[in-house]
Amino acid sequence: MFVNQFLILAAVLFCIGVYGVIARKNAVLVLMSIELILNSVNINLLAFSMRNGSLDGHTFALYIIAIAAAEVGVGLAMVLLMYRNRRSIDLDELSEMKG
Amino acid sequence: MFAEATEAATEVALKSGWFLEHAWVVPVIPALSFFLIIFFGKRMPKKGSEFGVASMLGSLVFAGGAAYQWIQRVNGAPEGAFVSPVVKTWTWWQNSGISFGIGQHVDGLTVAILLVVAFISTLVQIYSLEYLRGDRRYTHFFASLTLFSAGMLNMVVAENMIQLILGWEIMGLCSFLLIGHWWEEGANSRAALKAFFTTRTGDIGLLTGTAILFFSANEWTTKTLGVSGFSIRGLSSWALSGDPGHAAITMGAIALFIAAIGKSGQFPLHTWLPDAMAGPTPVSSLLHSSTMVVAGVFLVARLYPVFFKGMDILGGSANFIVVIGGITIVIAALLAFVQTDIKKVLAYSTVSQLGYMMMGLGAGAWLPAVFHIFTHAFFKACLFLGAGSISHSSSHHSFEMKKDMGGLRKFMPITFGTWIISTLALCGVFPFSGFFSKDEIIDNVGHNGYNVFMYVGLAGAFLTAAYMTRATYLTFFGQPRGASAGEHHEEESHDSHAAHDDHADHGHNAHDSHDAHASQGPHESGWLITVPLIILATLALSSGFLNALPFGEKFENFKKWVEPSAEVVNPTGIAYVVGGVGEARIASETPTEESGHSKSPCGTETPEQGVCAAPQLNHAPFKWSKAAMSMLIVLAGFLLSLFVCIQLYEKKNKKFVGLTERNKVLGFGYKLLVNKYYLDVLYEKIIVRSIAHPISAAVYWFNQKVLDGVVNGAGTTAKGIAGWVYRNIDQRVVDGAVNGTGSVAQGAGSALRPVQSGKVNQYGALLFGAAAIGALVLVIVNT
Repeated sequence: MFVNQFLILAAVLFCIGVYGVIARKNAVLVLMSIELILNSVNINLLAFSMRNGSLDGHTFALYIIAIAAAEVGVGLAMVLLMYRNRRSIDLDELSEMKG
Repeated sequence: MFAEATEAATEVALKSGWFLEHAWVVPVIPALSFFLIIFFGKRMPKKGSEFGVASMLGSLVFAGGAAYQWIQRVNGAPEGAFVSPVVKTWTWWQNSGISFGIGQHVDGLTVAILLVVAFISTLVQIYSLEYLRGDRRYTHFFASLTLFSAGMLNMVVAENMIQLILGWEIMGLCSFLLIGHWWEEGANSRAALKAFFTTRTGDIGLLTGTAILFFSANEWTTKTLGVSGFSIRGLSSWALSGDPGHAAITMGAIALFIAAIGKSGQFPLHTWLPDAMAGPTPVSSLLHSSTMVVAGVFLVARLYPVFFKGMDILGGSANFIVVIGGITIVIAALLAFVQTDIKKVLAYSTVSQLGYMMMGLGAGAWLPAVFHIFTHAFFKACLFLGAGSISHSSSHHSFEMKKDMGGLRKFMPITFGTWIISTLALCGVFPFSGFFSKDEIIDNVGHNGYNVFMYVGLAGAFLTAAYMTRATYLTFFGQPRGASAGEHHEEESHDSHAAHDDHADHGHNAHDSHDAHASQGPHESGWLITVPLIILATLALSSGFLNALPFGEKFENFKKWVEPSAEVVNPTGIAYVVGGVGEARIASETPTEESGHSKSPCGTETPEQGVCAAPQLNHAPFKWSKAAMSMLIVLAGFLLSLFVCIQLYEKKNKKFVGLTERNKVLGFGYKLLVNKYYLDVLYEKIIVRSIAHPISAAVYWFNQKVLDGVVNGAGTTAKGIAGWVYRNIDQRVVDGAVNGTGSVAQGAGSALRPVQSGKVNQYGALLFGAAAIGALVLVIVNT
């Protein structure tokens, strides 16, 4: 079994995720892109875990899944609050932190 | 190693069939149907319920086919031979030598429970068509109900522990969804949470036990049988092989039994079960008859060799299982006396009956216990559906017996008739089905030397008869009261019994149909409700004859079909043969005749060659004298309870009314029962608080004394030093440097200011850019 294909898939997913984070204006889509990035990392972990024949990568991947769930929970809660306050989830409008 | 044995063995080709080979389809059908309901249910003309009912009918057909072919298989095998289960497995996922399979393990126990679960689920779904008509979350109700059945069916066909846990957890989730179906009411969602958390407490045991057994058994099972240490077949044989260390198997069995305590509502984790009545009645019926609560009993029956060895069953002294079972029977039956809610009476009755099953399993009465699962499913489902029928059509969605029922036998003849049949079956009256299972448990417990528990069982039978008489009297006899008498008491019902009676409020959107009920007064329910009741009552009456011991061996079919034979078999024959290949029986073991049963070494001693799949168990011979004694006890329960009921409720006899206030001993008992032995208080107020409170107190103390002390001490010391430093270093050396730095920072700040655009995307881009540069540097440095 080659690890290459997994790594390429992970890299592609990662790039799509990065593109989404940079280019998208919708907060929910940005959160989804972050999920993509996390999962590309998962694929990497699993690929190497399979190659090395150890369970460590699986364990880490499970942790990541759990933490990603928590992260998305917090993220969506913030989006919800944002929407309540501003009636919009467009990230471009959120620039009060401008220095 | 087994070469000589195989030569001497007689090859027995066992029959198999398509349904038997494909028993794994049974849980798959409702699982697929769940997704159909979720995705397309709302758009269907019947709002998704047609998928649910159709899938359960499909499962029933497949389960029936599998049961028929299993019977063919057993009948085709020679007398006393071990009929190997039809095992199939596929790799679910694997990593570094550990593989997790998924598949089927079909034997007599599997087909019996599959059939019951599919059958009861079908009837409950048909019943729900009428009972939940117009409900706000009708589609989701059917989705959860279908997934729930899929979970139970999956657990029953499970080939290994991981698959079993999967089904077990699906049921845990769905029970939460279904109990909290009307979650707008705070009490309902609390009950759902309570059920979920209480069973979760036990589930820790399931995971721990599975892990313990896997790590102890994996080596042996892989070497001998070529299966992993999760395999149910592997674990069963391993437990009886003499390989397991005493500590490992004992700890594993105790951990698994804790899981069974949680799921099957055994003392002391039974507290969630009566609260689970907050769900719609069809849910209670399904949960409490054939699924969910039976799961724990099923787990013990499934991995019986592990418990047999681990708990030292038949070892001559009382073990953990039999003690817990015995305690549960009595405490639950006593609690049933002080309930005014008809569903809670039935809930405690379920807890008590589960206690019988556990006690039977703990005392080596495997077959009667499994048979009791089988018969109990029918009559308990019938009782619950009957209670639902009353509340649906007569008592205005109330379950309060004292307040809103009474005299209903005239208005609801079908419900009354089916209720009476099921009650007699529950009490174990000859010739109703409960007699053939419950009496067998009591009889075999005594036969196996657990005399104390035999008396506990008889006391339980007395109490069962008494509390069921009370419930029946309050519901069907006397004068109609409250809602049954046509009183409209919607407002008051809110305060007095908030949890159960007002499903009208959120359940039925159309309030006019609700009012129509009131003006109509009590009446019989529609055919969608009565037909399932009649079918179940017929089975409550007749299913006992599948294993009617008093009528001789011809009637002991259930035993023949379900009980695995305790024969020593060649492991090569067991090792996951796909298809109808039989297995070699080792003929060198000469069976010795003892009281009509061949005595095999399984369970008591280690087989020298080959493996065992089931321990050798005894069966008590039937005696009319014993049956007559238990019948008399039941009769005494009936009569005493009837007498007290008439005095108390009909004649309002002054000697009986208010007795609990006058007599101190009785008053104390009553208070104890009403407060459910203070177990809820113990769990919520004492355990949770005693763990949470000291931790927060200790943290506060540590914060105040240690941390603050250190901080204050550091503060005074620092102050002294600081004074000196200020005068000598700061003013002269540092200030110069600081002022210089300040002007540099100011310049850098205004240069970098445009970067802080406040735009999240730009920050993201900077982050990834920096990460990329970092990665690049890392690569360059490392090469």
